[in-house]
Parts: sequence; structure tokens; C-alpha cells
Amino acid sequence: MTLLEIHEPGETPLPHAGEGSLAVGIDLGTTNSVVAIARDGKPAALHDEAGRALVPSVVAYPASGGVLVGDEARLLMAQEPRNVVASVKRLMGRGAADLHAVAGVLPYEIEPGSGQTDMVKLRIGGKARSPVEISAEILKALRARAEAALEKPVERAVITVPAYFDDAARTATRDAARVAGLEVLRLVNEPTAAALAYGLDKGSEGLYAVYDLGGGTFDFSLLRLEKGVFQVLATGGDTALGGDDFDRAVAERLLGERKRDGIGDQVDEAAVKTALALGRQMKEQLSDRDQTSGRLEIAGVPSFHSLTRAEFEVMIAGYIARTLDIARNVLVDADVKPADVQGVVLVGGSTRVPLARARVAGMIGKPALTDIDPDEVVALGAALQAESLTGGGDTLLLDVTPLSLGLETMGGIVEKVVPRNTPIPVQLAQDFTTYQDGQTAMAIHVVQGEREMVADCRSLARFELLGIPPMTAGAARIRVSFAVDADGLLTVSAEERTTGVAQRIEVKPSYGLSHDDMADMLYDSLDNAEADMMQRLLTEARVEAKRSLLALDSALAKDGALLNAEERAAIDAGRASLEGAMAGDSRDEINATAEALEMLSKPFAERRMDRGIREALSGLSVKELESRVGE
Amino acid sequence: MDHFARLGLPAALDLEPASLDRAYFALQRQWHPDRFVARPPDERARASTEAAALNDAYRTLKDPLSRAVYLAELRGVELPGDGKTIDDPDLLMEAMETREALHEAASPDAVDALAGQAKRQAQAALEELTDLFLHEDKPAIRKTLLRLRYFDKFAEEARARRMNLERSRA
Repeated sequence: MTLLEIHEPGETPLPHAGEGSLAVGIDLGTTNSVVAIARDGKPAALHDEAGRALVPSVVAYPASGGVLVGDEARLLMAQEPRNVVASVKRLMGRGAADLHAVAGVLPYEIEPGSGQTDMVKLRIGGKARSPVEISAEILKALRARAEAALEKPVERAVITVPAYFDDAARTATRDAARVAGLEVLRLVNEPTAAALAYGLDKGSEGLYAVYDLGGGTFDFSLLRLEKGVFQVLATGGDTALGGDDFDRAVAERLLGERKRDGIGDQVDEAAVKTALALGRQMKEQLSDRDQTSGRLEIAGVPSFHSLTRAEFEVMIAGYIARTLDIARNVLVDADVKPADVQGVVLVGGSTRVPLARARVAGMIGKPALTDIDPDEVVALGAALQAESLTGGGDTLLLDVTPLSLGLETMGGIVEKVVPRNTPIPVQLAQDFTTYQDGQTAMAIHVVQGEREMVADCRSLARFELLGIPPMTAGAARIRVSFAVDADGLLTVSAEERTTGVAQRIEVKPSYGLSHDDMADMLYDSLDNAEADMMQRLLTEARVEAKRSLLALDSALAKDGALLNAEERAAIDAGRASLEGAMAGDSRDEINATAEALEMLSKPFAERRMDRGIREALSGLSVKELESRVGE
Repeated sequence: MDHFARLGLPAALDLEPASLDRAYFALQRQWHPDRFVARPPDERARASTEAAALNDAYRTLKDPLSRAVYLAELRGVELPGDGKTIDDPDLLMEAMETREALHEAASPDAVDALAGQAKRQAQAALEELTDLFLHEDKPAIRKTLLRLRYFDKFAEEARARRMNLERSRA
């Protein structure tokens, strides 16, 4: 007979597999991604067996089949360049119309979507894949890492996005999480997450800026910190500016030097990827050296290159100047002088570049804050927010819209309805009217951006409001309402108000994905459902085995004297083989050894129970015993 | 419910920024959607609506000019829509002259001087407003608000001009 265990009142029971899953924080970066968890307000990044927190945001679809993510995928870059994708974040929510923004940056074959408003796809491993499904692979790998480290299912996450991500890119990120089987508790802006990690850690109050220069995106946010409140005052950025640009500048120089010296004129995809890898390596070395050198081998032909920090700084000065321009504009938006900023937090691997550090410190007039690892700080903040959202924390994050939202009016002019830096969630409406007598329909075109002309802004959605009763021009009152939720996602609705006839349309800009795309991806994830399920069952078996080991240990500590040496040795051996099985990947083996150990310790359990009964009965008089029996 | 009532504040022009923040933070602690992540959908929707209304109230009352415009509307003062042409001939003349001066300003310092002057005038106009609201002098309130709106626009233009000058120097 197996006895069910009931824990001591007031004691925390061991986790049960069926109990609510854990919520993690995920920084889904352009170059690297990190998953972290917070417990009791203490965040920690989750490492792999080798102790690495960073997972390179690289996905490979090897010719041999399957999917690789991270370091393993990166290793394949030189051999199978056409099957490996890096920096896919730059394409999240991007349509054919945006290709100019990334043209030449990414060495892939990019296919425009079927229409102007469909997301681009990449031809990788001989198949067209959307940035959403590629990002989902990274998220799945992070989820698996978290489940392995925590030995519990992980189904919910706070995921960070660049503050300057537009609606399409945010929607695409949320879709990727869904494909990876993660419920998104909240999309949090990266600089805000970083501030959360800093503010909670240091108990800081006052005005703080966050300078976040990642692999492919730049964000600058100004926040006010006050007694657990993190209020974003203004934010700005550029979603196509980051350390990748530095790598590219160095790579171009390397390839240029080879050409100049007449060494191997072959410049194909593989050559570009090899040069980029060396460019990145040289850039990183120049963070703590004045000079570096490298060997570039393309198609078996080597060349040798050197680069000084001063030369490198000249190459990237324009990029750094651009980040400072953006930062100054944010301060102006918030009506804050640089000297009033108490500290500036550096986030993102690219802030290791000494020139970036020096310029930022120069602008604020104080050294920048770098106490928390700039590669991990965003994930740590996300983990804190995940804990706060699921456990009812006391911190309050008040974020803003990064970009203005508006409508196209006559002549292609943008009428802004929600200005940038408006606190979210927000619900604002504006009335519009008809242009022609008898006009019965109205084309609603929702755009995002700061420019005055529609052509210069980003198109988010178009829909038609039909059935307006014929009236003279200017008589109709069409109220268009914009709602931005706490994730920064937009919903637009419109209705005609004079007639009392409700004409109402809800539009979710779905620039990211068509429904068919989403369905395909969900089917794909069903194909992998079996593998996912096996992983989950394995995790559950380990958790279960761990629980019985702990119960056995506490019984041995208390009543070990009930066993003779031989019995004890048998139990210890059974215990050791279960531990061995738990270290392996076979669920059946874990279950079988756990069962064997249970058989071995059964006599022990029975003896403990007998003794428990004797103890309960000892000291009672015969009379008491009789009265008990009579009950 | 008007924005003042929503934040539990008296409907007045002079509002202590710290007390506005305090009221806003306290109510957001109660209604922010982050507090409702695990609640049923109807409660989440309600929280989102409440939090959005609080944000709207806070944003409107935080800036002294938008607070004054809002209060004037509550008091029944009718203002032309934002961005409409100025219908006050004196203000129109003044605006043309300062804009010309801004256009001719050749250094960031010159721009700062003009912006500083406009800021002082705006400050004085705001102080006048308090009195005008006390006396419910609607025509004067309207006139002063239009002046303030113009100063606000001018400050924006001065910022843009300054940035252009700095950029062309760099």
C-alpha cells in the first residue's frame, strides 16, 4: 500500500507537477536572448550546463533536418550559410514596403509577402519562413532551458520589446510567443525593464535615463522613479540601429582590404557571413584593447587585417552621434535638462563600446551606471515584472506610447489622435466628417509615426466604414476611437453618431500575419507537439522522483534506526540508481527505478507506520483504549 | 465624471504637481491592468477602461495650458479648435513679429533669448488667468488662453529652430 503524503501545516509543500506553472522573463534580443526568473524579488538569469546565460538569437535549419538554436546554430553559419538566420528581430512585423530599411543589412534572400501589408519571409533551408516562426524557435529554446533549469513547466512569460517597436512588431512578437506555447503576461519595453531591475536593486529615486544600444535596435527612455513607481516620461529610438551596424562597418573594411590587395575576389553569402563574424570579434576585442588583428579565410584563401580603436571609432562615430541626437530629443520632449538626470543606465552589449560610454557620460555629465550586466539587465527586469504580475507585487510600471497614432485625412495628411509619450493604457477618440455630398462610405487608414504626411508614416491598417446615411458634406460625425492597451497594442473602432445608427468596426492591425500564416505555424508547432509533450513528461517524472527522494531522506533521518545495515545499504543503492536515472533523459528509466526504490523501502515504511501507531497508543489506559474501541 | 473629480481634486487652475502625482499614482495602483492579469476578462476590461480614464485625466491636468483649456471648457468658454487661425488682431501682429525674429535668429543663444522671453510672457499670462477664472470673465479667459496657446506653439518652433542651428553647426 502506498501512502499519500500530506505536508505539515504551515510548511510549503514540494511543487506539484499539476500546479500553476512558473512565469519567466524573456529578453528576446537581436543578437542574444536571455531567460530569467525572479523569486522573492531576487531575479536570476537561467544558465545552460556550461554556465552561459546568453543564447545567441541564431536559428539553423540544417540540411540534415531538425532545428538548432543558439551556439549550435551559430557554429553552422560558415558551413551552411543558407540554412542559418541571425538578427531576425530586425524583420519582425516588417512588410515589403520596409525592405529599404534593412536592405543590405541582412545577407538573406528576402521574399516580400503576398501583398504590401504582409510580413516578409526569408528563404531559409529551401523554405520560406516568416520572422515570427523563426523567433518562435528561439522562444521555444528559451522555454526548454527554463523548464530544464527549474524542473517545472513554464507556460507564461513577460517578454520585452524595444520601446520604439511599432504595433506590427509588437503583434508579431506576441504571435511568436503563442507559436512557442507561451502565454504573454505582458509585453514590457526593454528600457523600462532595465530601469525596474536597477530601481528595485538600488532603491533609487529621481530622474533616470536608460540608454539601450543592442545588436539591432536603439532605445532611450527617461523615467521618474519614486517609491515603487516607475513612470516613463518620454521615450525614443531607432529600430534599425545597433551593434550589427558596427560589425558590418568592420566587415566592409575587411572585404575592402582583400579587394584592394587582390586577395580572393569571391564575395558570396558565406564570405559576408565569415567577414561579419570576424568583424564582430574584432569589435569586441577593441572594447578593452587599443588595437587588434584578425585572420579572414574565404574559400581557403587567408588574409590578415589589423584595426586600431581610433580607426574603429571613426567608423562608428556617425552611429553614436545619431543615438545622442535621439537621446537629446527625448529629454526635450520631457522638458528635462541633461544635468537634471541623476543617472543613466547602460543596457545592451553594444554599450561595452568605449566610445558609446564616453559620449553618454559626456552628455549627462556623470559616469554611466553599469553595475548590472548590460546583457542580462533587461531579462532580470522582465523576470521581476513576471513575478510581480503573478504574485501581486507592489511595483507600478507606467509606460507610454513611443510613436504617435493617427488617421489619414484629405490630401494624405496625418491627423494625430494619440500623441507619442501618452501614458498607456489609453482610449482617445476624435470626430471626422464627410468630404462629399451624399458620401456613404469612409476609408479609414490608421498610421503610426511622427511625420505629417501619410507617405512618411507607417501604415498599420485600412478599413471602410460603410452605410453612412447620405448627408451634405461635413454633416456626418464619424467618431474614430483609438485604444492602446498595457502591452502597447492598438485597437481602432469607428461609428457614425448623428443618425444614432451604430456603425461599428473593430480593427486589430494584423500587419504581422495573415490568418493562414498563423494557422500554418500552429500546425507546424503541432508537428512538434509530440516532442514538446515528451519533454514535459520527462520534466514531470524528474519532479516526481525528486519529491519521493526528499520524503525518503526525511524518513531516514528520523527513523533510520529501524533498518539493519543490509536493508539500509539496499535502500541507499536504490536511491543512487534513481539519482542516476534522473540525470539521464529517459522517463521510463526514471519511473522504473523510482518504483524499484519504493518496493525496497516498503518494509521500512510499514515499520514506521507500526511504530507510529504504537506511539499513538502508548500511555493510554486500558479503559481509554476500550472507550476508543467503542467509538 | 470630470477629470478633477476622477482624481479626487478640486476643480481649480492652480494645482500642486505633487498632489496631482500622488492622487494619480494611488489610483493607478488600484486600477492599472497589471493588477488584473489573473482576473476574469470583464474585470480586466473594466480596469483597462478605468486606467485609461485616469491617464487621460492626468495628462490633461498635468500641463498648465491644457489644464486651463479644460477648466475653461468646464466653465462654458468656447475656444476655436487647435490649429485654427488666430482671430485676435493684436496677437496676430505680435505673433508675426516674433516669428520673424525667430527666423532671423542666427545662433542657439539668440533662439534661447526669444524662447525665454516668450516663456516669461506665458508665465505672466498664466498668473493672470487665475484671477480671470475667479471673476469668471469669459471673454478675457478666452483671449488669454489663445495667447497661451500661441506661446506654446512658439516654444515648439523655437526648439525646432534651435535643433536645426545646432545640426548645421555640427
